[in-house]
Amino acid sequence: MDVRHPLDRYLRTDRLPHIWCPGCGIGIAVSSLLRAIDRRVAEGLFTHDEVAAVSGIGCTARATFYLNFDSAHVIHGRAIPFAIGLKLVRPNLKVIVIGGDGDIAAIGGNHLLHAARRNVDLTVVMVNNMIYGMTGGQVAPTTPPNVYTTTTPSGNYEYAINIVKLLSALNVNYLARASVTHPHILERYLYTALGKEGLAFVEVISPCPEVFGRHIGYRDPVELFKKFKSMIKYEERPSLDKSDITLNLDKEVVIGEFVNSSRESFIKIIDRLGR
Amino acid sequence: MRALLGSVKALNGAEAVAYAVKQSNVDVISAYPITPQTIIVERLSEFVANGEIHAEYVNVESEHSALSTCMGAAAAGARTFTATSSQGLALMWELLYVTSGLRLPVVMAVVNRALSAPINIHCDHSDSIGARDSGWIQFYVENSQEAYDTVIQAFKIAEHSDIQLPVMVNLDGFHISHTLENVNILPDQVVSDFVGFRKPANVRVEYLGREVPAVLDGVTPISLGIIALSDYYYEFKMMLVDAIDKVKSVIKEVHNDYLKVSWRGYGDGLIDPYGVDGADIVLVIMGSAAGTVKYVVKKLLESGLRVGVLRLRTFRPFPYEEVVKVLSGVKVIGVMDRATSPGAYGAPLFNELRSALYDLDSRPTVVNFIYGIGGRDLEPLTVKRICEKLLEFGRGVKPASYVEYVGVRR
Repeated sequence: MDVRHPLDRYLRTDRLPHIWCPGCGIGIAVSSLLRAIDRRVAEGLFTHDEVAAVSGIGCTARATFYLNFDSAHVIHGRAIPFAIGLKLVRPNLKVIVIGGDGDIAAIGGNHLLHAARRNVDLTVVMVNNMIYGMTGGQVAPTTPPNVYTTTTPSGNYEYAINIVKLLSALNVNYLARASVTHPHILERYLYTALGKEGLAFVEVISPCPEVFGRHIGYRDPVELFKKFKSMIKYEERPSLDKSDITLNLDKEVVIGEFVNSSRESFIKIIDRLGR
Repeated sequence: MRALLGSVKALNGAEAVAYAVKQSNVDVISAYPITPQTIIVERLSEFVANGEIHAEYVNVESEHSALSTCMGAAAAGARTFTATSSQGLALMWELLYVTSGLRLPVVMAVVNRALSAPINIHCDHSDSIGARDSGWIQFYVENSQEAYDTVIQAFKIAEHSDIQLPVMVNLDGFHISHTLENVNILPDQVVSDFVGFRKPANVRVEYLGREVPAVLDGVTPISLGIIALSDYYYEFKMMLVDAIDKVKSVIKEVHNDYLKVSWRGYGDGLIDPYGVDGADIVLVIMGSAAGTVKYVVKKLLESGLRVGVLRLRTFRPFPYEEVVKVLSGVKVIGVMDRATSPGAYGAPLFNELRSALYDLDSRPTVVNFIYGIGGRDLEPLTVKRICEKLLEFGRGVKPASYVEYVGVRR
C-alpha cells in the first residue's frame, strides 16, 4: 500500500529529514505553502512543473533544498534579484521567493524595495522569526526592541523594521501578514498571493524556540507557540497603523491583508511595451 | 626561566581573537553574523554589554555595512575591528580596496571558509587568498594562541605611522575557530601598554602649510576619497605599494617587541621554519594544517630523514627575501595550497614561492599540492605520502605533474 502523503510529490523526500529544530514554525509555513500551491495546481492556474522556488541563505532558505520544483539556493540576500532574472526569461513560471527576515528584509532589503517598486511578478514569502536563526540567534533588523539575543545580551536598543509599512509605501499588489499559529489564514493568504500578478508579499510570523524563545525566557517550544498565538490578532483589513511588532506582552501582533490591489505588473508593462 | 606572565584560559580560536580585541583598547566594533566567525562577535557583544570594554558595538545589516562602518569610524580616528568569513568577505570586496586606498588601519579577523557555490561552511583559504591584491596585510595563524597574539600585534602594525594599512588576521574555520585549546592570556594592562591607544598619523596639507592628523576630527577639515584619474591615481597606488614594502620590517619589529613582553614568538614574525636547516626536502604551508605537517615531519626526522617545514605567517606582504634565504640549497620543495585558482598553473602560494626562487643559481624542484578544499581533511598519512614523493624527486625521479590535487575523488 502506498502511504505517501499527498503533498510528498512537492518534496524531494530523499533529502528528508529536514534541518529545522523541533518547535520551529518554518515547517508549518512550508506545508501551508505546499497546500496553497496544490490548490492552485488543482485549479489549473499553473502546473507543478511551472513552479520555481528561489531562496538565499538561512533556516527558511533551506526550504528550496527540499522542494521538488525547479529551485535555486543562492547567496544570502540575493534571492530576489536572482528570481527577477529567472522570471524575465521564463515568464510562464510561477516564481516563489522563500526566505527569512534576515535574508529578505536585512541583507537583501534593498532588493526587496526595488522589486516592490517595480511590482515584479513574484510571490515573496518572508518567514519572520525576528532573529538570525541559522548562525545561532543574533539580533536582526526585525528583532523587536528590548529583546535579548546573543549579540544584544543587555537587550536590543534599536528599533525594528516594519516591512509591512515599508512595502505599503511602494504599492505592491498584495501585502499580507500571517502567522504559523493560524495556519488556515496563512494558507489562504499564500493561496491568494499565488493568484496575483505583480509583487505579492506574505510575511509569516514564526516562533524560533531554539535561539529566540530561549533568550526571552521561553524554555518550552509549546509555551512560546502559545505565547505567539495569544498575541496574534486577526483583522480582515487592518490599518497600517496597527502593523508594528513590539512583542510587548500587552500588545498584539496584527495579522491580515493590508493591501490587495491590481496595479499593472512588471511583466505586463514589458509586454505592453512590446519588448 | 621566567614565570609565565598572565593566565591560561581554555579558549577556542574565535574566543581567543575576541579576548585579544577586548584587551586592545578598541573603540568601534561592527560585524554581521556568519558561520564560523559568529563566536567572535557574540563574545565581543557580551564584553560590551558587560561593560568589560568601552567600545561601541554596531549590529549592522550586512558585511558591506560592517566594513563601511569600521571605515567611517577609523576615518574619525577610532581603533576599529570587524570579523567575517567566506561570503561575508566577498561582500566586503569593493570596500577592501577602499580601506587600503584610504589608508585606514582597520583590523579584521577572517575565519577562513570555502566560497559558494556549492554552499560550504568549512575551511579553505579561497576567501582570503582571493583578496590578496586588495592592499591588506594578511596573516595566517596556526593555532588559537597565535590567533590571540597576532590580533594584538595587528593593531600595532596597522597603526604604525609608516604603514597605516588594514590588517587581515586569518584563522582556519572550525580547525582553529572552534577548537578549544589552552591559551596564554597576558594581563590586561600589559596588552593595553603594548598596543596603547590609536594615534592618527599626520598628513601635510599644502594649503595650510603644516601637518594635521589624517582624520575627520572636526578641527581641521580634510577630504577623504578624492578623485584621481590618470594624472594622479598611479602615484596614490605607488604610495600603497611603497607602504606595504615597509611592512615586513615593522612586522619583525612588533613581533620582537611582543616577544619581550610575552616570551612568545613565531620564527622571525614572517616565516616560521621547522627542521629546514640542512633539509633535503621542505614543505611550505600556511594555517592550521602546519600542525599536522609538523607532526609528520617530526616523525620522519626521528627516522633519520632530512625533512623540514616552512610555515608562512604572512602572505601579504609576501616574505620573498626571507623565503629565498632559508630555502636556498634545498633541492625539493612541496608547496601546500589550501585554495584553488582554476585555470592557473598551480595555486597562489605555489606561484609566488616558485617565482621567488626563480633567481636562485640552482633552482629547486617545486611541486604544488592542493589540499583541504571545502574542509576536506588532511590526514597525516597523506602528508607522509607527499613527503615520500618529494624524497623520490630528490633522488632524481621527475615529477609527472608539478601541480597535484590531493585527497579528491575524480
